[in-house]
Formats: sequence, C-alpha cells, structure tokens
Amino acid sequence: MIGLRVIAAGPGATLQDRGRHGWLRFGVTPAGPMDRLAFATANRAVGAAPDAPAIEVSLGGLDVAAEGAAFSVAVAGGSFRITLDGHELPPATRVELEPRARLSIRPGSAGSWTYLAVAGRFDVTPVLGSVATHTRSGLGGLQGRALAAGDFLPVCEPRCLRPSIARVATPWLDRPGNTISVMLGPQDDYFDADQIAVFLTADWTVSARSDRMAYGLEGPRLHHAKGFNIVSDGIAMGAIQVLGEGRPMVLMADRQPTGGYPKIATVIGPELGRLAQLRPGTRLRFAPVSVTQAVAARQAEAQALMAPLQLEALTRTEFSPEFLLGLNLIGGVSAGREIP
Amino acid sequence: MTEAYPRFLDAGEAALVVEFGAGVDPAINDRVLALDAAILAERPAGLSETVPTYRSLMIHYDPLVIARADLIATVERLLVNAAAARRPGRRWTIPCCYEPAYGEDIGRIAEMTGLTPERVVELHAGATYRVYMYGFAPGFCYLGGLPPQLAVSRRETPRAPHPPNTVLIGGGLTLVSTFSMPTGWWLIGRTPERMFSLSRHPAFLVDVGDALRFEPIDATAFAALDARAAADDIVARREILK
Repeated sequence: MIGLRVIAAGPGATLQDRGRHGWLRFGVTPAGPMDRLAFATANRAVGAAPDAPAIEVSLGGLDVAAEGAAFSVAVAGGSFRITLDGHELPPATRVELEPRARLSIRPGSAGSWTYLAVAGRFDVTPVLGSVATHTRSGLGGLQGRALAAGDFLPVCEPRCLRPSIARVATPWLDRPGNTISVMLGPQDDYFDADQIAVFLTADWTVSARSDRMAYGLEGPRLHHAKGFNIVSDGIAMGAIQVLGEGRPMVLMADRQPTGGYPKIATVIGPELGRLAQLRPGTRLRFAPVSVTQAVAARQAEAQALMAPLQLEALTRTEFSPEFLLGLNLIGGVSAGREIP
Repeated sequence: MTEAYPRFLDAGEAALVVEFGAGVDPAINDRVLALDAAILAERPAGLSETVPTYRSLMIHYDPLVIARADLIATVERLLVNAAAARRPGRRWTIPCCYEPAYGEDIGRIAEMTGLTPERVVELHAGATYRVYMYGFAPGFCYLGGLPPQLAVSRRETPRAPHPPNTVLIGGGLTLVSTFSMPTGWWLIGRTPERMFSLSRHPAFLVDVGDALRFEPIDATAFAALDARAAADDIVARREILK
C-alpha cells in the first residue's frame, strides 16, 4: 500500500481540507486550515487542487516517511526547519520522498503552522463531505483525532514531480508587520467609543493559551457598555469576542458555531493566516478597515493564488554528493521553472 | 431605546448578520426562519451558507461574487414576502424514559421546584417545544418552551459525562445531548432516538423551527427502541403541520 507513515507527531498535526462547510446550521464547526493561503500554496506546489486534503503541522512538529513507492510532497507555511534524512531544506520546499527517507518538520525562525501536501491524494473517507479534522467533536481526519506516531495515510495516484528537489518561491507568504486589519462589529455597539479606542490602539500579546479554537489576547481589560451576555448568535472565523472579565479572544478555525459573548470586531479573511502564524508572546495591534478595503485585500489574496508558481531546483552546492546520489536526481540541476 | 429591525451587521467581509430583535421570542425566530427559507430557495450566486439562531440569521457569502450592498438589497427584497417561503412545520414526538435510572435528577428537580416527581414528568412531557437553534456541538439543539415551573438554575459544579442521548433541562430550556459530555444541566430522562447519526440519512433528525414533544416510555420500551435506533431506524414520530 502506498502512503505516508507518521513516524513522530507533536500535538496538533491534523489532516485538513477547505473545511466542513454547509453544516453550521446543525452545530457543525467547519474546521479547515488556520492559514488558508499557506495551505493552498502547498497544494499548488504539488499540482493538487487548492482545497485538497493536506496535513497541517503545528509547533509540535512532524516526522513522516513514504511507504510503498516514491512520491513528491511539498511543504509551505511558516518558516519551519525542514530536513530530509538530516539534510536541511528550505521552509517552502517540494521534494521527492523515497521510501524510508525521513522528512522532518520542526519549528524554525517564525510561524506557527505549516502544511504538507502530497502529489496524489490522501485517501481518507470524508465525513459530511470533508476530511477536515475537528478534534473537539471527533469528526474528520483519522477517527476524528490529531495524527500520532504509527498512523498511515494512504495516497492515491502518487506521482513524482521534476525537479525532484526544489525551493518553492512564496513571496505572498512573507507577510511582515504585526498590524492586523479588522472590521468593527457585529457587536461593537456593546462597547463605548473610549473602549473601541483602547481596542484599536493597545499593544496586544498573543497568549500562551492559543490553539486552533481561539487565540487569546493579553493587554488591557475592555469594559462592556451593556453587559457581556447577548442572546447566542453565529460566530464567523476571526470574530473577536470579549469575555466577561474583559479579555478579548479571536475565534479561529475550530471555534464553536455560536456563542453568547459580544464580538467587538472581526479579523478580515485575508488577515487570518497572518494572525494564525503569530506565535504566543508576539505583540500585535489592530487597525480598522472598511468593507471595501477588506474586499480589496481578499481580491489580492485570490490573485496571489492565481500567479504562476516559481520552483527553483536546488543546486549541488547545497547538498553533499552522497545525498544527491541517494536521491537519483534527473538532470541534476536546472534553472527555475514553472509547473503547469 | 428602541432599535429599528432588521439590522444589518458585518461579521467581517464575508458574513452578514441580519438581526430581527434582541431577545428569545418565537415571533422573532419566525422572521429569522422565514428569511432563511426565502434565501435558501433563491440561492443567490455567492451565497455560501446560512446560520439561523434565536434572533438573527448569519449569511456567509463570497464578497468577490456578491457585493455586500447587493446582498443587502436581495435580503430586503426577500423580506417583503419571506413569510410565504416557509415550508409547513413539522412536529416530532420523541420517546423519553423518565424512570429513575434514566432521569436521575428528577428527585432533585422536584425538591428545587416543590413539585412531585410525577408532576415534573407530566409538565416536561406535556409541553410542546420549539427547536430554536443548533450550537455548541453537532446535533446539539436548544429547545424553547420549557414550562416556567421547571426553570431551575444550573448545577453548582458540572456533573461527570452523562450517557449519550440524555434529555437535560437548565437555563429555562430543555435539550437532547447526543454525545456523552460533562454538563451543568440536570438529567431528566433519556431518549432512544439519535438526534445526530453520521450513518443515517438525514444525519440530523430535526430542523430549526420544528416543534417537538416528549412521550414517556418505560425501560422495556426504551430497550426495544434503542436497539432499533442503533441500527439507524428513526424511532421518533413525525407529523407535518398545516
């Protein structure tokens, strides 16, 4: 059987696709990637559909090996440390995995999430139309849980892509700056103007208590103008709810579908990935944008995904001769080229 | 202060909240469900999904396909005749075993309310409930219409995980909790019916807006119905209301 064997997995490595959409009305959280742009980029680098299943890797890291046959995989996302049998690769990489070669993903210089996509298709049975893992409700992925050492993910139609080791150019994943764009609302009227001003000018710090469900924010306490209980309503990804004691938290991919705390603002869709990549302890600020500005940012995000993907074959100087012989490189070195 | 409803609130650039009121009220919820039915019947391009809740409808959309202003114009047009879009209501009769091994808190509920245990069951099974909304977890739906005599405060400390398919009361509501989980609510009974089963079509038994009643059954009937429900038979009865 051809597939990917998990050799070691830190907490929080999960199979994701675009998410389990269409079931919110029945209390089902969509889940899906924390950084949708990085997720789609990894899939594009192996020629897969942008919303195909891929593995989301957290700061806990992941070690995998191909079994049954060689096939190509791509990694893209935060600046993680990627090694193949101990040889360092760029954080955004496409590489052919020979059986038994060990691909290791570890936290690097920046970023909280990276994505591992395969040239082929993870053969996992969808639940309510999606393989996205939501561990809290036990849906999707492998038995609704995070990946663990020993797990095997079958891969259909595995392919080996050329060049067999390449750096993937992902300029759109360089998203510097720690100012996150938000649209105020839906319950900004639960806060007086001075509290909105505090929210928009304070330095916030990503709390250590941050995960796929929510990113906690440390900073000043925000005071509610008319209590902190609302009649429960829907929660969009990126909603910033303010709890009873005045602490804001950003609700992320694994959020509850509905809730009863006022939501002062919502992180716009194209900024969610950038926020998700901030590590606990990182400082950030929020800046208000209009719906027109938010839609323009969304348009730019869509265009980044349409741009031709540049792959640069890695040269011999970056690898030992033994290593390259072991990889059976065809043509050895080539200039950067596009994949279709 | 009076608010003009409906209000259009942004939940980011890809979700619009249409709010019809501030409280829990069947008339407000009716307006939510009417707009939900109308927009799902029309399915304008760019509509992703809708989430009906007590007093608002969240509309997820793709703003690169439909602009916010056009979506609002569509909603305003649909609201004119929205009430006509609703399909006939449905009323479910859900079997429920209230015997002490199943409704373990009935004695406590009787103490807190000053009612006899028999009267607690009579009141719970005598009411007709409205499915207001789903939330919290898959298949977890909130049922309004609990008789006011049964409105008890929550537990002081959460109980260890209850059995699957437990019927709970708390916070002036009742609900059926399909999965075993810790709870701050009170266990009043257990149903053999599955509100949510992935292997059954439909996976979710009831829709928001449906009416629901509980019918007392004994432990023998529970065992027989539970065996059928485990094989994905629907053991609740459904009537279409005019």
